[in-house]
Amino acid sequence: MTSTFLGLPVAVDTGHLHGDRPFPQAARAALANSQLRRNLGKATTTIREKRASVVAELPDWEQLRLAGAAIKDRTLAGLDRYLVQLEAAVTARGGQVHWARDGDEANRIVTSLVRAAGADEVVKVKSMATQEIGLNEALAAAGIAAWETDLAELIVQLGHDEPSHILVPAIHRNRAEIREIFLREMGSAGVPAPEGLTDEPRALAEAARRHLRRKFLTARVAVSGANFAVAETGTLAVFESEGNGRMCLTLPETLITVMGIEKLVPTWRDLEVFLQLLPRSSTGERMNPYTSMWTGVSPGDGPQQVHLVLLDNGRTATLADPNGRSALRCIRCSACLNVCPVYERTGGHAYGSVYSGPIGAVLSPQLTGIAHPASASLPYASSLCGACYDACPVRIDIPSMLVHLRTRVVESKRDSSRVPGPEQAVMGAAAWTMASPGRWARALRAGRLGRVLGRRRGRITSLPPPPSGWTASRDAPLPPTETCRDWGARTHGDRSPR
Amino acid sequence: MRIALFVTCLVDGLVPAAGRATVELLERLGHEVVFPAEQTCCGQMHINTGYARSALGLVRRHVEVFEPCEAVVAPSGSCVGSVRHQHAMVARQAGDEKLAARAEAVAARTYELSELLVDVLGVEDVGASFPHRVTYHPTCHSLRLLRVGDRPLRLLRNVRGLELVELPGAEQCCGFGGTFAVKNAETSTAMLADKMRAVLDTRAEVCTAGDSSCLLHIGGGLSRLRTGVRTMHLAEILASREGS
Repeated sequence: MTSTFLGLPVAVDTGHLHGDRPFPQAARAALANSQLRRNLGKATTTIREKRASVVAELPDWEQLRLAGAAIKDRTLAGLDRYLVQLEAAVTARGGQVHWARDGDEANRIVTSLVRAAGADEVVKVKSMATQEIGLNEALAAAGIAAWETDLAELIVQLGHDEPSHILVPAIHRNRAEIREIFLREMGSAGVPAPEGLTDEPRALAEAARRHLRRKFLTARVAVSGANFAVAETGTLAVFESEGNGRMCLTLPETLITVMGIEKLVPTWRDLEVFLQLLPRSSTGERMNPYTSMWTGVSPGDGPQQVHLVLLDNGRTATLADPNGRSALRCIRCSACLNVCPVYERTGGHAYGSVYSGPIGAVLSPQLTGIAHPASASLPYASSLCGACYDACPVRIDIPSMLVHLRTRVVESKRDSSRVPGPEQAVMGAAAWTMASPGRWARALRAGRLGRVLGRRRGRITSLPPPPSGWTASRDAPLPPTETCRDWGARTHGDRSPR
Repeated sequence: MRIALFVTCLVDGLVPAAGRATVELLERLGHEVVFPAEQTCCGQMHINTGYARSALGLVRRHVEVFEPCEAVVAPSGSCVGSVRHQHAMVARQAGDEKLAARAEAVAARTYELSELLVDVLGVEDVGASFPHRVTYHPTCHSLRLLRVGDRPLRLLRNVRGLELVELPGAEQCCGFGGTFAVKNAETSTAMLADKMRAVLDTRAEVCTAGDSSCLLHIGGGLSRLRTGVRTMHLAEILASREGS
């Protein structure tokens, strides 16, 4: 057999993977919203504590993380074979497999499948892949209504809002806001909220239950994502908490699943590791309430038309990057969001991508490339504190990947412009100065001249840009009258080891 | 023991007191401190901002300067973190496997101050005296890159007269993050605000840490708000003989 090299796969830019503004500008509104800051602070602290306590229960947690990372790496190394194996297994059990190179293609496939089923509405199980490609908007443009059935996704949809968290997309809303949205919007979308609805969690859940029950019983097509697919058996799996997924996966005649190509594991046995890692990392539960698995079609039971759409949308390009491919280990648990000090202050909308927080800051630019300024700003939306790496159940070294992506951003700017930008000039000058101990020592001594800036107050309260960003909220210290090396030379003489 | 001081560019030029204190402390404990004058910067700022190519020369210089030393100490968890976790990587990415191996060898003998004291010199009571109420902020790179754990706290608990108060939410980042503090100044400030609130809640007079960079950040905020709370590097407290 001969083979032809078709070139490395390239990133694509379809779907909701970056916003229109760079992160610092996009974060501004959230930082100024005290209600949002309170909602986020409270929610992330609660999930963080729950996760910490259930993770501490397992003596082999670190071994589980190693196993999870190893299984995912093995899968990614043989992804071509495992995907074909999955396709064969699903087909053998009566399912149909479709391949989509990007979001637009996946949307076209799903739209034509819904039309072929003769339906003008679908019920949806919460799915990041369909959020990523903007499926709901594509279906709406084709005259098909897509109803979200996960409680938080329902709140987002009824509020004409965007998800702000991978797992709890309405994390930015509190219960008073949810009550208002339900009262205002439920009627035009189906069963209205009961009059006199309070903001008690039980009452809100009951209103959602009544509203959704009608949808489940009338819909003929369901669309889902998948948390995992097992290559050897062709089994798909959804982990969820509310039972809405179970309804969607069993009641309609047609089930369409859109799944990123990285979501599979080779064998049934591999699932065991993730059944332990995912619930504890995501909701802080020992076990998620509903784990649904299906393998092709079961005659006379459940959906009789079962489709699987395998989505690339930048994933093979990510796989081709040795420094970026471990982002494809991600199981969308969102533990990294909940421990991230940046996410906690800005929330998810600032990232402009459906994947927010630390994993979003690496995964989104890996999938789309860094050509758009908003994508190029995401790797800098981190203080590199490392809390995300510690929390990640599949040990994605997010801080190192952020640094790698920053290098890509800098290199691409260098390649695209002959004139260095101001940052490039400063960094270049600093490296040049530090390349020579003589120049460096003279530069440090010259720093004493900066004392004039704070002569009266004993501190520097205002500097010109770019360090004005520092002095906007922080004083800068006065440069000392004597550097440490000059003090050493004065008091100790030459103490060079050579 | 003969110990080479890797003073770090930031301490050398902006916070020399932390470097002086490191020297005085180690000399008081009976060790010889040498200062390789050819040192400049480990290159962390360049690497973390995306300028790994410019950093390569700084990494090579650092390795050459500290290669002859049997032990190297820095009053910074962050710079030691860069030496240990980034230098070999930068060399390797530039295709210089030989430099990577040399960088790994230097990294293996490079210690953050509390690591050197507790693990290498085997001392937890350094004979310091500092009669003040103090809280300790475990900087992210000391905590999560180096895993210094409670070594700094063990050293502080043995300081005469020092009243150590626990910092609420201690493991949360202060928001410094190198160029992050300027590139994402508003998010950085939001993080700093919560860190300052935690420091003020302790009613401590002094906030200490093992990194001057984070202390410049926290201290810059505390100074701007006229809180009257001082920041001091761990080395300065351990070198202190105040009131003894």
